[in-house]
Amino acid sequence: MDQNAQDRIRKMVTENQVMLFIKGTPDFPQCGFSAAVVDVLNDVGVPYAAFDVLSDPGIRQGIKDFANWPTIPQLYVKGEFVGGCDIVREMHASGELEPLLRGESA
Amino acid sequence: MSLRDEMERRIRARLPDARIELNDMTGGGDHWQAVIVSSTFEGQTTLLRQRAVFEALGELMHGPIHAFTVRTLTPAQAGRTE
Repeated sequence: MDQNAQDRIRKMVTENQVMLFIKGTPDFPQCGFSAAVVDVLNDVGVPYAAFDVLSDPGIRQGIKDFANWPTIPQLYVKGEFVGGCDIVREMHASGELEPLLRGESA
Repeated sequence: MSLRDEMERRIRARLPDARIELNDMTGGGDHWQAVIVSSTFEGQTTLLRQRAVFEALGELMHGPIHAFTVRTLTPAQAGRTE
């Protein structure tokens, strides 16, 4: 496992309350699932940091090891892995996502 | 053994009582949509449920399968949605 990538990931997810790893950028997502999560976050309207895994193969593989989760996109809140596209959409639909993103829920 | 059979075998090995529905979204065998019903999911968050499925699929997720969306339900939840 690439320790440097793990350290960089840990830094990103701890320094940003809401951290999103996607293929592409929020303005130009390169995959439907990444675009869907970007839409949800924009809909909620909280600030978030995003990292384009296509720009860094080390992070692209490292993030899968970090979360023990094989797909992209991946959403983190306060350093905790929240989930991929399915889970983010499910939480948004159930109303769980916004309090979590705003740091209001437990 | 086809990819579909292999996926089902691995999921069933992890979730013996599972009712598994696998839909090949494009016919190309790399974009799948699944519904998995198992009593093992009771009391588990969606994240834990899905992680168990991804762990069961193992390295299939690092090659043959490009996209895998899954609804993970308990028998009670599945009963309600049918």
